[in-house]
Amino acid sequence: MFLATEAVTHAAEAGIAEKAWLIPLLPALSFFVILFFGKKLPKGGSESGILAVGLSFVLSVLVAFDWITNHTVVDQHWVWWQNGHAKITIGQHVDGLTVMMFVVVTFVSLMVHIYSTGYMHGDVRFTYFFAALSLFTASMLFMCLADNLLQLLVGWELVGLCSFMLIGHWFEEKNNSSAALKAFFTTRVGDVGLMLGIITLFFAAEETFHIDTINKLALEHEIGHGILVASAVLLFLGVMGKSAQFPLHIWLPDAMAGPTPVSALIHAATMVVAGVYLVARVYGVFWEGFSIEAGGLNWMALIAGITMIIAAALAFVQDDIKRVLAYSTVSQLGYMVAALSVGAWTAGVFHLFTHAFFKALLFLGSGSVIHAVHSNNMSEMGGLKKYMPTTFTTFIIGTLALAGIFPLAGFWSKDEILLGAMEGGYPYILILGLIGAFMTACYMGRCVFLTFFGEYRGHGHPHESPRSMTVPLILLAIPSVGIGLINATAFGIDNFTRWVPFHIPGAEHFHLEHHDFNPALAGLSLGVAITGLLVAAMVYYWQNVPAGLRGATDRGLLRGLKTLLIEKYYLDHLFVGGVVGFIKGPLARATYWTNQKIIDGIVNAVGSGTRIVGRFTYDVLDQKGVDGIVNGIGVSASETGGVLRLVQSGRVQQYALMLFAAVGLLGLALIFFT
Amino acid sequence: MPVTQFVLLSAFLFCTGVYGVLARRNGVLVLMSIELMLNAVNINLVAFSARLNDAAGQVFALFVIAIAAAEVGVGLAIVLLIYRNRVGVNLDEIDLMKG
Repeated sequence: MFLATEAVTHAAEAGIAEKAWLIPLLPALSFFVILFFGKKLPKGGSESGILAVGLSFVLSVLVAFDWITNHTVVDQHWVWWQNGHAKITIGQHVDGLTVMMFVVVTFVSLMVHIYSTGYMHGDVRFTYFFAALSLFTASMLFMCLADNLLQLLVGWELVGLCSFMLIGHWFEEKNNSSAALKAFFTTRVGDVGLMLGIITLFFAAEETFHIDTINKLALEHEIGHGILVASAVLLFLGVMGKSAQFPLHIWLPDAMAGPTPVSALIHAATMVVAGVYLVARVYGVFWEGFSIEAGGLNWMALIAGITMIIAAALAFVQDDIKRVLAYSTVSQLGYMVAALSVGAWTAGVFHLFTHAFFKALLFLGSGSVIHAVHSNNMSEMGGLKKYMPTTFTTFIIGTLALAGIFPLAGFWSKDEILLGAMEGGYPYILILGLIGAFMTACYMGRCVFLTFFGEYRGHGHPHESPRSMTVPLILLAIPSVGIGLINATAFGIDNFTRWVPFHIPGAEHFHLEHHDFNPALAGLSLGVAITGLLVAAMVYYWQNVPAGLRGATDRGLLRGLKTLLIEKYYLDHLFVGGVVGFIKGPLARATYWTNQKIIDGIVNAVGSGTRIVGRFTYDVLDQKGVDGIVNGIGVSASETGGVLRLVQSGRVQQYALMLFAAVGLLGLALIFFT
Repeated sequence: MPVTQFVLLSAFLFCTGVYGVLARRNGVLVLMSIELMLNAVNINLVAFSARLNDAAGQVFALFVIAIAAAEVGVGLAIVLLIYRNRVGVNLDEIDLMKG
């Protein structure tokens, strides 16, 4: 596969971290094992997936320990093929960010694999499902391992493909296959931008895809500001598609058509944060391109701020429990991008880290509920607290962590984002973030009260899920509670900040600012979250709404707002009617006319011109010229052969006579001419 | 030591051989004539070897004898097979290789 190998290591001594390429390789092997032998294995291929991802997780943890103790960056690449002096390489880049992604992806993936053995039990395409999960895990890890943008793009597209396959897992229903297509097409709109951005950077950075080099050149102002702005905007288009930022977020709620473990793994914890990861990885370009340091208004912050609020608002009107969580994910992705857009790099990455655990927990918990009541709708749930104690407890933990209640994981990361917005000079992000925190607590409270409290409104008798499903819930609940403490700045602990730094060799003057814990702000965000939970409890638990407000959502302005939310801001209408309709209608007709009249005219003219030239070539050059020569050679060879044929009598003695005659003549010549 | 007699003998034998090869119709006789020519050459080689006091010529003669033996073996086998297939070894009739 590799035409030439050329390893370049900057690490002085790197132990297990150099073997990081094994981490994506194991699930990739598992994919092929499941693909070819899955149906013959006793557990339908699931054991292969669990084994591979389990080993990857162990390796990731070892690499993480190695990183924490040594802090040696592994940056190696092998030349894949070369064109001029532009080398297309495949490589591995292991630093804090990579290690963090490895741990998150392998851990959540392992939990989802175990959970799926219960959730997908007896499914028609059980083996296929696990093959796709393995492929997804491998692709995601491959993407995180990338040291260059091209490799990152390959992983990026592969995870998109797996997302498409898994959303449409139950493709017999039209809705599911449409949702898969919608996800694929919407992200593709952004991916065009991503590709153009990568190409722009490739040429701007003197024909290299190497991420560290690009970061360094951007931070050292060796790439022009205009080009950086263009490439940051183009790359951010890709981020908007993949990480579901307004207005390309529309695919994510529909992606809930896939099986719930998929939603947990792909559409909450890992794939959708690929965009955030990209921003964090190529931060130099975004930092300079959007002039983040200057504060004020930038496009990325604006989009992220809008996304936080509008997605949170949409979560209020959903009946489908998974859609509530999906909009919540969109909103939280908005937080992460917002953090990066205000210069709070560590906060954004830390929120990615904590969010993966509690959102995966919430999704798996909702899957457990759906498994029990056989419906996605909260109107058919209620009172599940006493039927499903484990699911209830873990779901509550996830909710509190997401709402940002002290001292759970979400509190620390969300607080850092708000702090970053305040200190970085982005007051509107701070305000939107606080409003978003209130809304988050409120809609999650609504979701919990509708699902677990009150009377059971569904059919049949709900029951607790099997151990294969509850054990992952418990294992995910542990980090949801405690993982935030690794960066509990209030207690002077800043391990995460030290373990996951943003450091570009060669760009020494650049450093990120880390702000001190602000008790007032933390208290404010905690108060806002608790208020949100209380409001939700008032409406949905005690049902003690002041008389004046009762039924307010069915009157006047609020009614209009509710309709707007139920119709998802008419964005789908805009895209289908506006964009697609425009392409289908006037644009398509104009294109057709251009095609028929102008392009066809040119094509036809070229065609007849070619025909005339061809006729001349055939008649004169080919038939008379070339054929004449060829035939002439053939005929002369044939004639010569006819003459020489006479010599070949087949009589040995005649040959011998000629031989002796020739020898005699040569002998005479020798005598007379020497 | 004069070599004239040997050269004359050798030339006589060689000419006899050439005559045999070109004029005789019987395949066996043609083979024998070839042997005559080879031995004419051998006489020359040995004579000049003795004259020049150089053993190389005699070594060549030994090689020629060995190769002649092999050649006769192959040739006689061919003649034998032709005789079996066509009942006769008249070389005039054997012109399968006619072009």
